[in-house]
Amino acid sequence: MDSSFFFGVATIVYILAMVAYISYLAFKNSAVGVIATTATVVGFVSQTVAFGLRWKEFYEIGRMGILRAIPLTNLYESLVFFVWCLILGYLVIEWKYKTRSFGAFITPIAGITLAFISIAGVSTEIQPLVPALQSNWLLAHVTMSFISYAAFAISCATALMYLAITAEDRKSFPYIFWTVTLAIFIVSFIAMGIDFVTLKISAKTPQAFIQNYMFKATFRSGSGIIVAVSSAAFLAIVFLVWRYGFHLRKVIAAFSLTPEILDDLTYKAIAVGFPVFTLGGLIFGAIWADQAWGKYWSWDPKETWSLITWFVYAFYLHARHMRGWRGNKIAVMAVIGFACTIFTYLGVNLLLSGLHSYGSMQ
Amino acid sequence: MNKNKEGQGIVDRIWSLFSSVKLAVIVFTIISLTSIVGTVIEQQAEPERNIKLLTKLFGDSVAPGLYRFLDSTGFTDMFGSWWFMGLLFIFATNLVICSIDRLPKILKVVKTPISPLGEEQFKAITSKHEAVVKGNAEKAGPRVIEVLKKIGFHGEIKKEGGATQICAEKGRYSRLGVYVTHLSILLILFGAVVGMKFGFNGSLNLLEGTTSAVAYKSNGQKVPLGFELRCDDFDVGFYPDSDRPREYKSRLTVIEGGREVLNKEIEVNSPLTYKGITFYQSSFGFEPNRDAIFKFSITPSGGKTQDIAVKFGEPFAVQGTNLTGEVADFSPALGVDPSGKLFTYAESMNNPAVFVQFSEAGNPKFKQWILKRYPDTWKTEAGTVEFRDLWGVQYTGLQVRKDPGVWIVYLGCIVMACGLYAAFFMSHARIWVRLREEKNSTRVTIASSINKNRIAFGRTLDRFVRDLQDKA
Ligand code: HEM
Repeated sequence: MDSSFFFGVATIVYILAMVAYISYLAFKNSAVGVIATTATVVGFVSQTVAFGLRWKEFYEIGRMGILRAIPLTNLYESLVFFVWCLILGYLVIEWKYKTRSFGAFITPIAGITLAFISIAGVSTEIQPLVPALQSNWLLAHVTMSFISYAAFAISCATALMYLAITAEDRKSFPYIFWTVTLAIFIVSFIAMGIDFVTLKISAKTPQAFIQNYMFKATFRSGSGIIVAVSSAAFLAIVFLVWRYGFHLRKVIAAFSLTPEILDDLTYKAIAVGFPVFTLGGLIFGAIWADQAWGKYWSWDPKETWSLITWFVYAFYLHARHMRGWRGNKIAVMAVIGFACTIFTYLGVNLLLSGLHSYGSMQ
Repeated sequence: MNKNKEGQGIVDRIWSLFSSVKLAVIVFTIISLTSIVGTVIEQQAEPERNIKLLTKLFGDSVAPGLYRFLDSTGFTDMFGSWWFMGLLFIFATNLVICSIDRLPKILKVVKTPISPLGEEQFKAITSKHEAVVKGNAEKAGPRVIEVLKKIGFHGEIKKEGGATQICAEKGRYSRLGVYVTHLSILLILFGAVVGMKFGFNGSLNLLEGTTSAVAYKSNGQKVPLGFELRCDDFDVGFYPDSDRPREYKSRLTVIEGGREVLNKEIEVNSPLTYKGITFYQSSFGFEPNRDAIFKFSITPSGGKTQDIAVKFGEPFAVQGTNLTGEVADFSPALGVDPSGKLFTYAESMNNPAVFVQFSEAGNPKFKQWILKRYPDTWKTEAGTVEFRDLWGVQYTGLQVRKDPGVWIVYLGCIVMACGLYAAFFMSHARIWVRLREEKNSTRVTIASSINKNRIAFGRTLDRFVRDLQDKA
């Protein structure tokens, strides 16, 4: 049995877990809840096994150091690792807070992401690393960055839920903010899914994927008609989410999630993400750059955006602790923080010049 | 801080401005927003590039004027501009003054161990638990201490106004975590300033076999190294059967006062440091020239291997035969197309190959392409002719840096890791236990406080109370 077998199991089990969590929400039957949790744990274990096996396969083919062979070199693997962190984070929350309510939100993300990966086919080709990338600091940098991204993703989700249950009025800023943000996430997810399915993606690195494929089947298509249709669909989805957003609020309220719990979770997730991001995302990245190029900080767009993200979360922490910001204001900050995180990872390559190429020696 | 505005001098006013967190969040915002502009505008770039970019974003009519504006305000090189430095300076001052302002209070808290609470204070604490334990206070006291140990607290019996109180606390010093974090930011900024003041950044291209005593800054200015550096060899290693580079290696020698003092092979991620100056492998290039030397290892069939180094067109004898060879042509990267034709596919030395003409007594006998990375092509009628290297045509591109502040920056990073750990993953928890004797039992009242992670601590206390009652 190889890694792809266990990935397959994880994918199917996560989708089953998703169904179970949603039924649990609907029927509040505790047996169903236990099934949902069990399924998630089983999926998590098989994903862990798959990850380990893939690591071993890489090690055997690549003949590099064992650490160097960690399967985190292309977009699929990054997404898989992201899902793994997300599920781990979720299981910790379920265990600590004794609530299964978030499962219905988290497992669909996990299941759908993995399903996309299976449809697109995980590239099992071994990518030997070019010299600049052969660094354990880089490895620690990438791994910890993804862990912090997962934590920030959770904080964003809870902050959006917070806004969803506290916003009273369709015309109020918090309501418009959370519905539009949610709609943008949904649209991006769908558009990336369409990229995966329609384009035969052969990108080797996340950067190459982003630059050459992302949104190419929709918003960045060569055909004006497709761009127009995509934009119209985007506006339609924004409108629908805005129009029917209150239904979601009822759903969340039905899970007996209070604003207090959501606010606390948002803070907790950031309190985990911030130190991990500082250490892994900023410090380890700087150490790697120092060893590879002799400059620990060169203000290139990717570094600068990491710093901006860091400042936004520093803003969150200080505003919350020292300035006493609470409620909608602070939840909006958490969402902005995650938007910056995504921009650091995707937007810099997609929209800015991409000076953060992995060196002139590629 | 003085609340009375009237009585405040200018110094006090500035002090209270710089000790406020409000200024901090404003500075965060300004730095972030200006930095965004700095990532859109290409920094230190040719004007045309940014004008083109601005034209794309805002149209023809606005672009030139907007560019002039951005250029004169320093946005085209903003991370080195006076106002950005000013912002960082304000940020640092804010941090220093804010810390100084609060430090005495926090130090006092940190230095003072927990003490029993008076009646009023005890009442004022909202987080309370209660348990009833059999036996009098003499017996209950030690039991409480024993159970406290189970949840990781060390309890001490203290007297307060005639009544017995047991106090315990954990993680008092973690309150300093925030300050340690802030200090680390200052350390990093300080290290960066030291680096800018006393260090330099430059580059140096060294052809194989050549020596240099200077490096070059980006503006072309020469920086003396204080010693000489020689490149003995440069080599690219490839993954098997591909043109994907696996490693770039330069063999460097440091020469000081005419003596070779250090010899090291550097790679990407593994630089050479001598007397505070570090040389990083950063690029390489190919520069054909007449002095280049072709290196061969020749093994005539049945004969002994012999190493040969010759220049282009210079004849060499193949020992054990009557043959001589000479290099007649060279390609840095020879490939074979599907029809079998040879062609040069790259400018760099991906797969160097030589065309060797073999002659006997001046008469051409045979000629052959010999490819460095393909042993099959080494077999000739004269035996095995391995083409080892063409030496003296590649230069190694070195990034040269002197940064005496980098250790301060690294120290700052370590301090920051510790500070963040204390600030986010540790907390200061305090427990006061009051014992009141009743008829046959003792009523135990537990007051507690913690500065974060209240929920988890609450659960710990629940366990504590359960254990206490089980024991009873
Ligand atoms: C980007 C730079 C900064 C970082 C990363 C940072 C980090 C932190 C962190 C992690 C905390 C703890 C928050 C928590 O417990 O959740 C904190 C608290 C604090 N920060 Fe900063 N900080 C920065 C800049 C500043 C500046 C410029 C000031 C100056 C006013 C400042 C003033 C404070 C104060 C007063 C506290 C509360 C301390 C206490 O609880 O006694 N910070 N900071």
